[in-house]
Amino acid sequence: MSSDTRPLAVVPIWLCLMLAAALAAQVALRAARPPAAPAAGELPPPPSAATLRLASFGEPQAAARLAMLYLQAFDFGGGSATPYRQLDYGRLEAWLGTILELDPRSTYPLFSAARIYAEVPDAERSRRMLGFIYREYQRDPNSRWPWLAHAALIAKHRLHDLPLALAYARAIDRQTTASDVPLWAKQMEIFILEDMNELEAAKIMLGGLLLSGRITDPAEAAFLQQRLEELEARTSR
Amino acid sequence: MPAAILARLVLLEARRGAMPWLAALAVLAGLSLAAFLSQVAVTESRALQTALLAALLRACAVFLIAAHVAASTVREINDRGLELLLSLPLTRSSLYLGRLAGFALTGVLLATVFAVPFLAWAPPAAVAAWGFSLACETVLVAAAALFFAMTLSNVVPALAAVGGLYLLGRSVDTIRAIAAGPLAEASLPNQITRLAVDGVALLLPPLDAATRTEWLLYGAPAPAPYATSLAALAVYALLLVAAGLFDFHRRSA
Repeated sequence: MSSDTRPLAVVPIWLCLMLAAALAAQVALRAARPPAAPAAGELPPPPSAATLRLASFGEPQAAARLAMLYLQAFDFGGGSATPYRQLDYGRLEAWLGTILELDPRSTYPLFSAARIYAEVPDAERSRRMLGFIYREYQRDPNSRWPWLAHAALIAKHRLHDLPLALAYARAIDRQTTASDVPLWAKQMEIFILEDMNELEAAKIMLGGLLLSGRITDPAEAAFLQQRLEELEARTSR
Repeated sequence: MPAAILARLVLLEARRGAMPWLAALAVLAGLSLAAFLSQVAVTESRALQTALLAALLRACAVFLIAAHVAASTVREINDRGLELLLSLPLTRSSLYLGRLAGFALTGVLLATVFAVPFLAWAPPAAVAAWGFSLACETVLVAAAALFFAMTLSNVVPALAAVGGLYLLGRSVDTIRAIAAGPLAEASLPNQITRLAVDGVALLLPPLDAATRTEWLLYGAPAPAPYATSLAALAVYALLLVAAGLFDFHRRSA
């Protein structure tokens, strides 16, 4: 016991009882009021990026991440059979766009768009998210290509929309100029063409790629050469 | 009644200090800012004016009352005024409750002054509901500031503690909702974090349900949720008073 404090015995009993009763009432009241999970329908339209920037007092990067946390709390149907089924995807897209505008280098909005909101068992919503990813990719192809590559995979394997997957793969090949883009991303177009039975086009692209000298790994070059020979065999039949 | 005399002295201190001027300045600054921003709005200019002014005045009321209570209490402790009061034939409870009553009345007056301008834009019933809720909120903040100033005996830590309590009280339900989200991993650290957040929430006032700007914009609240939110504030204020009295009884001087 500190010398600044008097013994507990000096505290009146009624005060101890009042403190205990008030504490119990507070805990009971709070426990009886669990936090209401925000329903999907309650997602409001986003404020403008300028408003969020103003509200963040010059901390747009922090504001962008907090806004993402706020956004992902909507529609807790994530565990149900059809996640995000009640979420207004128009507003969701607007929120993601605003957050990206606030911090264009953040990968959180596009990660969420590609890995969470696009992977829903609802083709229309999924397409909407893929469209959003494609539009945002075009603003910065060199850093946002991984999300478009994922979008191409969703289009191919989930939506079974090969022309859409091809458009995305083609965009990665044509518009992404960064040197650190792996070849598998650049080669996606070839394999999608192959899946679409566009064998001639695939053959020309693959041959061009091998001739360009961009493939320096011998094993990879050998594998692609083998694929080219298979394609030639199939087209000559 | 010694407690009433103490309450009057506290009110007098607030009147002779800068409180009336600061309140007037806050209203004037809020009105000017709201008027300016409503000029550039293309629609809902009245709603914009009301919402901005309400948010600004609510924050000003909380800050002014917390700063006033903390500064006054710490000054009294440092100037040995508290020791002098303790030497008087007064019970500690009367002393504490008398001062708290003065601070609470200051908060109620501040809330009334801040609510009056809204009569120009919102229905009287909505303004009354908002103003009364703000008054309850300022009483709670006064109780918190008195408790922390008495316990910590320093202005800055006391203000920081009140600010933390207030901000957490307003945001803890949102933090809980985010922590319980489906995207959070079901790992042990996450579960511990969720439990910790839920535990902290039990000890915080539900300030997010009080003094809502939407009442001024869209009409007075329904009686039942309104009464529930005010009852929760009253219970928390009672808890702070009890904790403050407990601490004050154990204080040697």
